[in-house]
This record gives sequence, structure tokens and C-alpha cells, in this order.
Amino acid sequence: MKDEASAWTQRYERAFQLYPYARSADQDAKVPVRHPVVIVGGGPVGMALALDLGQRGVGVVVLDDHDGVGQGSRAICFAKRTLEICDRLGPGQKMVDKGEQWNLGRVFRGEDQIYEFNLLPEDGHRRPAFINLQQPYFEKFLVEEIRAAQAAGAPIDIRGCNRVLKTEAAADHVALEVDTPEGSYALQAEWLVACDGANSPIRDGMGLGFDGRVFEDNFLIADIRMQASFPTERRFWFDPPFNPGQTALMHKQPDDVWRLDFQLGWDIDRSAELNETRVRERVREMIGERDFDLVWTSIYTFRCCTMDQYVHGRVIFAGDSAHQVSPFGARGANGGMQDADNLGWKLAAVLTGGAPESLIASYQAERKHAGLENIKNSSRTADFLTPRSPAHALFRDAVLDMVQDHAFVRPMVNSGRLSAPAQYEGSPLSSADALPGGPDRTKPGSPCPDAPALSGYLLDHLTRATVLGIGTAVPEEVTLGAVRLKGLSIPADPMVSERYLGSAAAAVYLIRPDQHIAARWPQFDAAALAAAVDRMMGRAC
Amino acid sequence: MLITEPNLGNADDFYAALLRAHDGLSEDETHALNARLVLILANHIGDLETLDQALRIARGTQVEADATTS
Repeated sequence: MKDEASAWTQRYERAFQLYPYARSADQDAKVPVRHPVVIVGGGPVGMALALDLGQRGVGVVVLDDHDGVGQGSRAICFAKRTLEICDRLGPGQKMVDKGEQWNLGRVFRGEDQIYEFNLLPEDGHRRPAFINLQQPYFEKFLVEEIRAAQAAGAPIDIRGCNRVLKTEAAADHVALEVDTPEGSYALQAEWLVACDGANSPIRDGMGLGFDGRVFEDNFLIADIRMQASFPTERRFWFDPPFNPGQTALMHKQPDDVWRLDFQLGWDIDRSAELNETRVRERVREMIGERDFDLVWTSIYTFRCCTMDQYVHGRVIFAGDSAHQVSPFGARGANGGMQDADNLGWKLAAVLTGGAPESLIASYQAERKHAGLENIKNSSRTADFLTPRSPAHALFRDAVLDMVQDHAFVRPMVNSGRLSAPAQYEGSPLSSADALPGGPDRTKPGSPCPDAPALSGYLLDHLTRATVLGIGTAVPEEVTLGAVRLKGLSIPADPMVSERYLGSAAAAVYLIRPDQHIAARWPQFDAAALAAAVDRMMGRAC
Repeated sequence: MLITEPNLGNADDFYAALLRAHDGLSEDETHALNARLVLILANHIGDLETLDQALRIARGTQVEADATTS
């Protein structure tokens, strides 16, 4: 058995062993055990969703075909919205403490800086625009939080070395056959969530399509460890002397690790480029004569693809299994975290709160919209970095030729449109905007912008469905059927006013459990609130 | 809305200036100049709908539709 388990874990090197195989009682059950939710894939999206569901008291099993987090930094840029989601789930502070904070991006052509941008030119947010953190740490902190939640009674069960062999859909559940080092067993899920990555075996097993574009380019990642005093910024080069005619990127990570990313072009000899001597040569040309260790190298190509439907009966796709983007813009893991954020409260409401299944359909409406937006942005960056024709190259070069002397072309320089939270415009869960003079950024469907409030930050207080009174009092608790809303009244301080009131004197907001705005009015109106809550819970879809 | 009626004060002067700007350039340089010119003018126009209309006319895909609206 020991040898068999090790065969399972040798497929790729892991950074941390977090959930070694252990026999589950389900494997000895005479009839297959049915769980409210089974998640396939223990990456950032699967673990975040499991934590969210467990904290809401929904029984959830995570099946992962390995026993820990894979080696390699992989995703490194975690956006403000992701940190806010992790604040709600618990491990946000740990991530920020470990991560490298940055707001500033610089773009160079050759050796000259042509452009710089600040991603967060606004005060009054608890979290920075981005932190850089190696994905293994991100996953480890989520799992540590799950362990703490389990200790406090949250019904979460992580099963390492559990690989799904087969799924079979029924009207009210999905039947699974799961392989383990000790043989296979049967399991059932009321809802199955596939967080099993871009090459999703669940998606393939169901014969579902994943369409989009492949970009004809290769990029080399070299994560190196070195002592250097380069600033914590995103530095991006077009046509640098150390990689002529191509692009390059440099990013700081914790533990003195630096992400170097070199564009290589399409026709390359992969194994020659991955040869350690060649990689070291490239690194040396970029950073000069310094000591460094190679931590991780990888050559990647990319595609932008999406499923048509993210919900198929009782099977839901989240993260890369549903939509895949180019890495430029940090929209992969950050988009996936928003999927988890969107889905957790909805599954919980359907399973335990009497909400209709149409609430799950709204996941498709909202997250497909977000998925397409991420694909659009990341494709446009790829088109700028990898011109597909001489004409495309001509305009890219025209932009770069003019950018230093002419401010008007700066917005056209596209080295990545960095992940911003989705605005669920036209969501079936939103009520019509009823706040005259209210700012655009907080109209229904928007994610709540953070602001200083109650001697801390507003988002700290929006941990569940909330009626928020700004400059006006609302009841401390509102119960509407199975839905219990927290009532919160805060003063109209300047930053809160700017972000939530606009020219209105006061406002009442209905905030969803995922901190998106469902409705807003100039004052508290019990009947309007009841109708908006019905809509928010999917009863008006 | 894109102006499709004659609008240049002196069309001949502009045309001559355009040719002059390209005189003595290699083919690559001429293409590069045109690309820069497009970006400069697009920013000046500043309206996506007008630019879309211009792109369609330049591409030859909607000449008739535009003829009926002008």
C-alpha cells in the first residue's frame, strides 16, 4: 500500500504535503454515501470554495488526485479582490504578511522607461492592488484555514490521492467512482463542482467542449533566488537588450525569489531552451553578474478558452476548468477565486436555505460574463505582445514609437490589463438602481469598494448578507423568511460618501454575501427590501 | 457621427502635404508613418462610434449603408 501511494504522489513534485492519503469510512460503506457537495480538485479555487461552504455548515468533500501542493510558483499575482475574499474566509492577513505588496508597474522599451502606472491611486482600502505570493503558499494558507475550521466543527473532508474515474448524472445527484491507492469506491454528490483545472478530466469525461484561441508563442519562466535591491514593482520590457525583439517581465516574490519571464517566439527548440546552461545564460544577460539559484523553470504557451455553459445539471465548473486565459493580467487564479466567491453562498442557500435552483443558474449568468471579460482583456494583451501579422506589428510599433513623446498613446500600451473584480451588470439577482445621484461604481451588480468605516474598514463588516444604511439608520437585524440580514448603519464619512452616496444625502444598500451590491435606495423601505431580497435569492429569475 | 461630406478647407493642400510627408521614405517607413498617423487622428476624433464607421468605410464593408445615412 505504501508503494502504491507513492506511485500516486510521484507524478509531480510537491512543495508541501498537506493531505496524505487516509482511508475514509465511505470506502467501506455498503451503499454509496451521498454528500451535499463534492469538489474535484484541491487547487486555490476548490479549497476556497470548500472553506466557504464548510464555514456555512454545508457538508463538503474535496477529492484531489495528489496529496499536496505541486512544486513551482505558478500563479504569483493575487489581486485586491482575492485578498478581500480571503479576508472573509480567514487567511487574508497571513497572505498579505507573507506576500510582497506592489501597486506600481513600469514599462520599458529597450533600456528606457516609456510608461508607468499605479494600480491603486486611491486611499482608504485595507488591501493593496496586488501581492505577489507563490501559489504553493496561497494554497497552504487556505488548507491551514480549513484545518482550523474543521477543528471548530466545519464539515469539510479533504481526501488526498482520490481520483475520479467516472461520473454519472442523475436528476438530484451525481454518482462518482473514485480511485485510491487502496482501490476504487462509489460516492454520490448532490452537487459536484469541478475545479480540476484547464485540462479538466471531468469536463472531458462529460464530452463537453472548451473552445477558443491558441496563441502561437512560447514564454520561458525562470524563478530565481537572489539578493537584489530591485524595487517591488512589476517591470515589463519591450525589446530589451537582453531579449531582442521579444518581451520580458520581472516580478518580486517572497523568500528573495524573482519571477523572470522571457518571450521566446513560436519556432523554438523547447528542450534546448529549457537546458539549464541556456536558461542561466539568459538570466545572466538580464540581471548581470550576480549570484543566483534557479528555483523553477518552465516553458508555457497559452490559449484563451471557455465552456459555453458552466452549469450542467448538478455539475458546476469553476476556475480554469470553465475558462482559461493567458497569464498576462493575472486573471486566471483571481478570476477563479471570484467564481468560488460567487458560488459558495448560492450553493449553501440552495442546500440549506430553501433557495430555488435558479440561484445556481445566476452563477452561469454572472461568471460567464466575467469569464468572457477576462478572456477579452487577456486576448487583447496577447495580441499586443504577440502580433499575428505584419499589420498588427506595425500598429504595435507605432504605439511604442510614440509613447515617450505623446501621452495620448500611453493607454494603448498593453502589457497586461490587470485583474479587476467583475461588475455583474444586468444580473438577474440585481434590482433596478433606485438611488438618484448614486455613483456608477456602486450601482447594483458592482463589488463593494472598500472604505474606512467604524474605525476599521467597511468590508470587514460585510461578512454576510447585509442591509447597509449610510447616513441613515436601518434595523439591526432583518428576517425575511429563511433569509437573515445583518443591519449596519454607518455615518456618511467623506470616502464612504464619495464611493456610495455621490450626490445623494443618504442611502440604503442591500449587499450580497459575496460583497456585491444587489440593490440601493435613498432610504429604508421594508417592502422594496423584501422584493429585492427575493430577487437576490433567485426567486424572481 | 462621421462627416462624409467634403470637409477640408483645401483638399488639394492636404493631399499635397500627405504626399510630401511620404517623400523619400522607404516602404517600411511609409507604412510606419501611416500607422502613426492613424493613431494620432483616431485620438483627435476620440469617438468610438465615429471611428467604427470610418473603419468600415476604409475596409469597404459598409459603403452603401453609410451612403444612405449621409
